[in-house]
Amino acid sequence: MTTETQDLEHHKANTDWHWYIGVPVAGLTGWLIYGQLIPFSEWVTSLVPVTRDSHPGEAVAFFVYDVPKVLLLLTAIVFITGVLRSWFSPEKTRAILAGKREILGYPIAALLGVLTPFCSCSSVPLFIGFVSAGIPLGVTFSFLIAGPMVGPVGLGLLYGLVGWQVATIYLVFGFTIAMMAGWVMGRMNLERYLQDWVREMNAGPVTDLPQEHLTFVDRLKTGLDQVREIVGKVWIWVVIGISIGALIHGYVPESMMLQIMGGEAWWSVPAAVVVGVPMYTNAAGVIPIVEALLGKGAAVGTTLAFMMSVIALSLPEMIILKQVLTLRLIGIFIAVVASGILATGYLFNTIL
Amino acid sequence: MKNVKIYGPGCTRCDKTEALVKEAAARLGIDVEVEKVSDARSIAMAGVISTPGLAIDGKLVHAGGLPDAARLDDWLSA
Repeated sequence: MTTETQDLEHHKANTDWHWYIGVPVAGLTGWLIYGQLIPFSEWVTSLVPVTRDSHPGEAVAFFVYDVPKVLLLLTAIVFITGVLRSWFSPEKTRAILAGKREILGYPIAALLGVLTPFCSCSSVPLFIGFVSAGIPLGVTFSFLIAGPMVGPVGLGLLYGLVGWQVATIYLVFGFTIAMMAGWVMGRMNLERYLQDWVREMNAGPVTDLPQEHLTFVDRLKTGLDQVREIVGKVWIWVVIGISIGALIHGYVPESMMLQIMGGEAWWSVPAAVVVGVPMYTNAAGVIPIVEALLGKGAAVGTTLAFMMSVIALSLPEMIILKQVLTLRLIGIFIAVVASGILATGYLFNTIL
Repeated sequence: MKNVKIYGPGCTRCDKTEALVKEAAARLGIDVEVEKVSDARSIAMAGVISTPGLAIDGKLVHAGGLPDAARLDDWLSA
C-alpha cells in the first residue's frame, strides 16, 4: 500500500462518524418536514391570489403539496434502494441464475430484476452476458421486465401517494406479469429471432472480477451517489408529471373522467395501453398523474394498465434492445407483456 | 505505456471514468493510452455486463459504476 492510500484510509476512518450522524439527522429532518406538508401547502396556496375552491385553486394546492412530498419520498426511496442494491450486482445475479433450473429461474429472475442495480444504457451487454452464460432467454426476459415494472421508486410513490392497497395490487401483478411473460416467451423457442451475431456469440467468455470489499459507509455513499444522480435527473419529470396531475385534479370534471376511464367502457383498458407505451417518462413522473386520475374516479384496472405500460414498455428501451433482438422478437415481447397488462386491467375493472 | 480500455455505450459515467483515469495517471506520472470501446458487441466480447468496464493492459479490473479513486491508483501503478 502506498503512503497516499494509507492517508486515504486514515481520512476515511476520520470521516465515518459524519455518515453515522448525518444520515439519521437527514432522515429525521425529512420526516418532520413530511409531516408539515399539508399546512405548508395550504399556506402557500393562500398566498396565491386565487379562490381555494376554484379550479386554479385546486390545481395550485395539488402542485404545491405534491412537489415537496414526491421529492422527499423519491430521495428516501432512492437512497434506501441504493444502499440495498450495493449488495447485488449484475455479475452475482448472472452467477445465481446460471445455476438454476429453468422453472425456478423465473421467480428468482423477477426478484433479482428488482434488486440488481443496472442502468438501461447497459442492458445490451447485460442481455448478451446473460444469454451467453446459458441463462434461458425467457428467464432473461423476466429479469428485464421486472426491473422497471416493479421498481422501488414506482412502488414507494404509489404507497405514499395513493395508498397501500393499490401499491400491493401493483406489486403482486407486476411480479406475476414479469414471471408469466418470461415463461411464455421461454416456451416459444425464440432463440432464432435473436440478431445473428448474438446467436453466434453463445460461447462468450464469463469474466470473474475480484470482489470489491465495501464498508457500510461505502454503501451509504453509494446511496447518496444514487440520490444525486437519479433525483438530479428525474426531478424535471416529477415536476412535469405533477403539473399534469394538478391540471387533471383542478380542471377535469368527474363525469368526463368516468366516461373515459371508468370501468364501464370496455375500450378504456386497451386505450390506456396504447396511450401509455409511447409516453416516455419514469415511475416518479407517472405516479402523480395516477394519483390525480384515481382521485377523479378513474377505474383502478384502467389506471394500472396505463401506469404499467408507461413504465414497463418504453420505446427508447426497445430501440436499445433492437441491437440484439430482431423486430419480430421485439413485437412478440411487446405483445406478450401488453397481454399481461390488459388482463390485469380487465381483471381489476371487473372485480373492483 | 499502459493501455487502458473503457467499455461503455457512451454514458455520463463512462466519460467520468475516462476523466478519472487520465487524472490519476497524470498525478502518478504514468504514461497511459486511453481507448473507449462503445460498440455493444465488443463490450460483450470482453465479458463486461455492467458498464462502465475498465481493463488495464488487457485485464478487466472493474465493471459497473465509477471506480474507487484509491483502487484506481493501485491498478494503474501495478
